[in-house]
Amino acid sequence: MARLSSPPRVTSRSTERGRPAKVTGKQRVESVVKYIFLFSALMSILIVVMIGIFTFREAIPAFREIGIIKLLTGTVWRPGQGQYGILAMIAGSGLVTLGAVIIGVPLALGCAIFLSEIAPPAVRSIVRPSIELLAGIPSVVYGLFGMVVIVPLVRNIDVPGNTGFGLLSASIVLAVMILPTISSVSEYAIRSVPKRFREGSLAMGATKWETLTNVILPGAKSGIMSAIILGLGRALGETIAMIMVIGNSVIIPFAASDNPLSIFLSRARTLTGNIAVEINYATGLHESALFATGVVLFALIMIMNSSARILIGRRKWEKK
Amino acid sequence: MYENVIMKYASITVFSLLIVLGACGTDSDNEAASNGTEPVEENSLSGELNVVGSTTVQPLAEVLTEAFEALEPDVIVFVQGGGSSVGVRSAVDGTADIGMASRDIKLSELQENPEIRVHTIARDGIAIIAEPGVTVDNLSKDQIRNIFSGEITNWNEVGGENLVITVVAREEGSGTRAAFEELVMDDDLILGNAILQPSNGAVRTSISVIPGAIGFLSFGYLDDQTKPLAVDGFLPTEEFAASGSYEIVRPLNMVTNGPPEGIAAVFLEFIVSEDGQAIVASEGYLPVN
Repeated sequence: MARLSSPPRVTSRSTERGRPAKVTGKQRVESVVKYIFLFSALMSILIVVMIGIFTFREAIPAFREIGIIKLLTGTVWRPGQGQYGILAMIAGSGLVTLGAVIIGVPLALGCAIFLSEIAPPAVRSIVRPSIELLAGIPSVVYGLFGMVVIVPLVRNIDVPGNTGFGLLSASIVLAVMILPTISSVSEYAIRSVPKRFREGSLAMGATKWETLTNVILPGAKSGIMSAIILGLGRALGETIAMIMVIGNSVIIPFAASDNPLSIFLSRARTLTGNIAVEINYATGLHESALFATGVVLFALIMIMNSSARILIGRRKWEKK
Repeated sequence: MYENVIMKYASITVFSLLIVLGACGTDSDNEAASNGTEPVEENSLSGELNVVGSTTVQPLAEVLTEAFEALEPDVIVFVQGGGSSVGVRSAVDGTADIGMASRDIKLSELQENPEIRVHTIARDGIAIIAEPGVTVDNLSKDQIRNIFSGEITNWNEVGGENLVITVVAREEGSGTRAAFEELVMDDDLILGNAILQPSNGAVRTSISVIPGAIGFLSFGYLDDQTKPLAVDGFLPTEEFAASGSYEIVRPLNMVTNGPPEGIAAVFLEFIVSEDGQAIVASEGYLPVN
């Protein structure tokens, strides 16, 4: 569809160029409006840049006094004793995000396939808004739900030291939170697989399932990958819901029983949680170290979003 | 076409991150804003007074402020939270006229600024609480230290049932945590696997629902959701704390940079006066005398 829209754009530009250079009132209004929009666009870039600079500037003392390597690889975070290592938080954020992907991606892909390939329009018109509604629920409500429903359920798993607060509860909550992102972006990806692929496959006698697994999903692969990466970015940034269910202990998550999966019952702290929990009381180097945590988060999310964009550029049939 | 959708979600992600980071910025902004309101010193005592710091002292300071403003109608007192460390720092750098701290002043803070004057306005006990299902009623200070440092991990080691102990504590930087560490932990550290909650209320709620949980709480937050434990035979009550039998008691301090002057001096005098201390007692804290 993006291909179709480009030729008209070219023609409209050429007619503009061909017009006599007489400025009418209408054209003046148009150019004013154009600059207003340009200004808004520049403003949003400016805001991002300003926040980036500000965060980085505040983090400089931490980078200088603690050292980037020591900050990133240190396993002990005790600001009272002058120890600032955020590896435990990086591990916490990483594992909770991994857990959310394991639980959330199959669900979200199922939704996307159902909506784009299976559901009749009437059903779709009910299911899709309900999924989108999930994106509109404030995260503190997810946190509350996690605390009173998920945490007590997880507590029933019989592993020593399991309190329900930890990675598993957090991953379940997070999986639901990233579901709308992944599902709607992958749905668009699946829909944008050209109809002729589908028709060709069916015409050659493939079943619907074969068409789905051999033609449609491979065709939408890069789009689905970028959907997942965007979901990852959203998961990394989530804060308040995580604080409420993850336990906030500053430890590298560990497996408490012989089963390595019990690592997900371990408590943890996320990068975002580290900032939100401690910023109220932080002064001096402690405060700067929290800003450094923010810089790490910022960098991680920028990497996520850029890789999503790069993946989009790799849709093969589009290149043709 | 779906690039747009992707961009939409990408920007949602970036913006939620920015909000988190933005929230970090507001603290220093507020301090900068209160910079402009220096107290005006006049004989008839009118003007403004900025009091900033510990969220534990804040509710008490607000009640005291109300009474003080009734006595001195031309004075406006602004009370603002931020934490004990912020309180000390604000008093030192002049952002606030008075800083509030729910702990003793650290040696490092005194070394940095020898001019700090500490005024203890009340005392507050820290109770050790457990989940109501725990059968143990009394712990010694040593046992508490060993539980919080992770050496004792099961209630059966201290005379209870076979139940794993889950330690719940406050986050790093909290005045209540700092006071608990100083009064109970000596040089031991609270174990890393402790569940950390960012407020007294959140500590209380989590302890009430986690089987075998233990934690600490300001006296003011005690209620029947959790079970208060006796320490060395004394329950955490105001009587035992006042008599000195209950030992985990911390000072609630106000801090000035140098001897207090003007409105600040009058305000601090009022707090330690009989009327002021009566308010302290009626709010559930221990008077200083």
